[in-house]
Amino acid sequence: MNQFQYVRPTKQKAAIEALARDANAQFIAGGTNLLDLMKRGVMQPQKLVDINRLPLNKIERMDGGIRIGALALNSAVAEDQLVQQQLPLLAQALNAGASAQLRNMATVGGNMLQRTRCHYFYDTALPCNKREPGSGCGALEGINRMHAIFGFSDKCIAVHPSDMSVALAALDATVLVSGPKGERRIAFLDFHRLPGDTPQKDTNLEQGELVVAVEVPENAFPKNVHYLKVRERASYAFALVSVAAALQLDGNTIKAARLAMGGVAHKPWRLTEAEAALVGKPATEETFRQAAAVAMQGAKAFKHNAYKLKLAPNSIVQALKNAAGLA
Amino acid sequence: MAQENLNPTAPADDHDEARRTFLKQTSVLTALALTPGPVVQAAAAQWDEKVAAAFEKVPLKLDINGKKYRLQVEPRTTLLDLLREQLHLTGTKKGCDYGQCGACTVHVDGQRVNSCLTLAVMQDGRKVTTIEGLAEGDKLHPMQEAFIKHDGFQCGYCTPGQIMSAVACIREGHANSEGEIREYMSGNICRCGAYPNIVAAIQEVKNGGQKV
Ligand SMILES: Cc1cc2nc3c(=O)[nH]c(=O)nc-3n(C[C@H](O)[C@H](O)[C@H](O)COP(=O)(O)OP(=O)(O)OC[C@H]3O[C@@H](n4cnc5c(N)ncnc54)[C@H](O)[C@@H]3O)c2cc1C
Ligand code: FES
Ligand code: FES
Repeated sequence: MNQFQYVRPTKQKAAIEALARDANAQFIAGGTNLLDLMKRGVMQPQKLVDINRLPLNKIERMDGGIRIGALALNSAVAEDQLVQQQLPLLAQALNAGASAQLRNMATVGGNMLQRTRCHYFYDTALPCNKREPGSGCGALEGINRMHAIFGFSDKCIAVHPSDMSVALAALDATVLVSGPKGERRIAFLDFHRLPGDTPQKDTNLEQGELVVAVEVPENAFPKNVHYLKVRERASYAFALVSVAAALQLDGNTIKAARLAMGGVAHKPWRLTEAEAALVGKPATEETFRQAAAVAMQGAKAFKHNAYKLKLAPNSIVQALKNAAGLA
Repeated sequence: MAQENLNPTAPADDHDEARRTFLKQTSVLTALALTPGPVVQAAAAQWDEKVAAAFEKVPLKLDINGKKYRLQVEPRTTLLDLLREQLHLTGTKKGCDYGQCGACTVHVDGQRVNSCLTLAVMQDGRKVTTIEGLAEGDKLHPMQEAFIKHDGFQCGYCTPGQIMSAVACIREGHANSEGEIREYMSGNICRCGAYPNIVAAIQEVKNGGQKV
């Protein structure tokens, strides 16, 4: 690991200032992603601003929803009563991620800002536009089994690895950030970005901005939810494809629906058109198949990930069946 | 760079003035290279010192297995390397060093974590328990007894991590069925495949109702 300056401010303002002073500085929260990448030489910050002493770990009810501090641990959020009662989809997604040990370290802010697990990004001997802009995308013509089927560009076909973020995308969350220019709110769906010509930027967070909290508005999905994660072993692996599904049922009729997918794009992939295709219909496998077909419009596979074109719609159907209690 | 090769976990009393001077000089250069010209000039005096501090050891207080330590560590030292290389508590194992195997599992303030993916300095003021701190004198912890009884290992390399994780799994209330144990123990890989025996050991301790 490269050497770096280490600072541990106790005030938010000082943390933001410490970062703003240096283009090559990084916040460190749980450290589970950043230290991994630093050990491999993928990231080499010259300064680490340890934010763990900032008072940002509360999970609280607020007007119109629940506010989760950026430093709340993944395990604490998943085990929180309020979250389990009102945001069971989020709790399920968190528990599907990583391991019990890692969830005890990983924070909400760090989770949404974790980098892709693309092998070309991880291996500093290989080309990757995300790690080294201009070096090319090794996955495009290389081994692309884990890669995107939506929203990619010819510069980058990596996927975002976070499970938690898929649930937050489905639940219309908002990200609260604070930076040198003040505070702002970013809709969760606008937080992560598509690669386009600048895949080195994962998100729309500006240099020096600190994620302070995530707000999840009150919703109609305290039950009939399911987070389905398909992976190569039963646990402790990243998703090939994942689906966050939430239904509001009136008898057997779908009154409202939320759907998002993970493992298919550079950002959590919200499926608003498929949601619209569900509303007003009976909660049956037939309805779910039709919605899945809508969701898959525009999908395109590469040499090794064509299986996702089948796995994704099947996962959508299964997640919806589980959410509706039809499974 | 040259300092890449220096031992990141040399004992606290290993002072090497020549090295420090060299590092201070390099770090000034680093600072100059990284910061736009005018800014550097404006803040030069105070700035140099700050960056130099990056390569110094940082004071750290820890309670490890009930013993209080006052240490000096380089910021880039992981908790795992501190335990093993500097304090010679080699019960905690390094399997992958990337959070993928669980061999390095310890408890920090009672919670299980991967000691390979956290910096020692980030744990300042915390209480750490390693496998060495589980037994009471010569009396093994019930989980240690159960692992022996059920053959919960073959080569034993993953075992300290498995045991630390298993104790936490019960304390967290996630050992209520075989399925739940398997899920909540999935962060501990065993290449020898002792899983059925590990699950049996955990179930025995859980069902025995002993205090863990
Ligand atoms: C073996 C392994 C398996 C895993 N499996 C999964 C999985 O199945 N599913 C899954 O979703 N994840 C998985 N993960 C990833 C894990 O969830 C992330 O590493 C973790 O959530 C990152 O959180 P952290 O607090 O440790 O972040 P850090 O490593 O501390 O930070 C990550 C990045 O976010 C930035 N950052 C952190 N907090 C803030 C903030 N408040 N404001 C601004 N910037 C910030 C940091 O500067 C850094 O760039 C796995 C990780 C490992 C090592
Ligand atoms: S050594 Fe820490 S998880 Fe493998
Ligand atoms: S006993 Fe050998 S790795 Fe688990």
